[in-house]
Amino acid sequence: MPTIVVEVMPKAELLDPQGKAVAGALGRLSQTQSALANVTGVRVGKRFEISIDGEADAATLAAVRELADTVLSNSVIEDVVGIHVQSAPSSAVA
Amino acid sequence: MRIGVVTFPGSLDDRDAARAIRLAGADAVALWHGDHDLHGVDALVLPGGFSYGDYLRAGAIASLSPIMTEVIDAANRGMPVLGICNGFQMLTEAHLLDGGLIRNDKGRFICRDQGLRIENNTSDWTNGFAADAEIVIPLKNGEGSFMASSETLKALEGEGRIVARYIGGNPNGSLNDIAGVTNARGNVVGLMPHPEHAVEAGFGPDTDDAMASGVDGLTFFTSVIARSLVGV
Repeated sequence: MPTIVVEVMPKAELLDPQGKAVAGALGRLSQTQSALANVTGVRVGKRFEISIDGEADAATLAAVRELADTVLSNSVIEDVVGIHVQSAPSSAVA
Repeated sequence: MRIGVVTFPGSLDDRDAARAIRLAGADAVALWHGDHDLHGVDALVLPGGFSYGDYLRAGAIASLSPIMTEVIDAANRGMPVLGICNGFQMLTEAHLLDGGLIRNDKGRFICRDQGLRIENNTSDWTNGFAADAEIVIPLKNGEGSFMASSETLKALEGEGRIVARYIGGNPNGSLNDIAGVTNARGNVVGLMPHPEHAVEAGFGPDTDDAMASGVDGLTFFTSVIARSLVGV
């Protein structure tokens, strides 16, 4: 079943308090895990996986692009940073 | 005057808003998000809360509710609409108001009595205030940081559409200390703080005179009633 993936991030110029909070925790972890010492920042966004019946044809992709711009993101505070098609919903990486 | 209060799944302050409307002297009409019917009300309040658990974005899913078709129609025809907190977020998501709200800059939920300056006293919901009136009403939210592009901000400032600004310190990182805005017509107002929690002595913010005696929020509701009586 094809899956259309839409990725949304907070606008780069806006403060991302969620990312900042995660980065703060990584900073504390890096005191015991030196491999994390060169992490300089974290930003947190959203990933939508839209499963569809049949093919991800041009019309469907155009409709999803429209959906991404109008519903899945709010252009005042967020940017759509990626839309792509994969063959199935994501599963855990090996 | 009949003022509708829309209840969404996850609304919290709908009953307080209805109570504030009654204390101000109007009839409160309970409306339901899933209906396509405003029951002939003369004005609308979108209350605070966490509709749909703030999923997707605060107010985003509620802004797509069935009743929002009628709300948007009515607002565009000039009906007074007040969005408080989550209601403000819905109004920005529905494109009835400019800008957007993101998480508070320090990442904390804030719940406190907040000083405001009312900078627009001509809107349907603020015409009862003196020019630059300073008031105190409760503020309670996690995503109250007002954001807008620099062009939008310039327009809001230049057209006098900043309804209320935080005083005594910016609680959440809102650009230009913005606590509330209105549309060009002045009938749609969005406010992050909660006027409906400061309408009855004994239950409002502390004042110099007595504990919990602050009723500064009542003027938002009496303003819209007064405007309906002059029939502007």
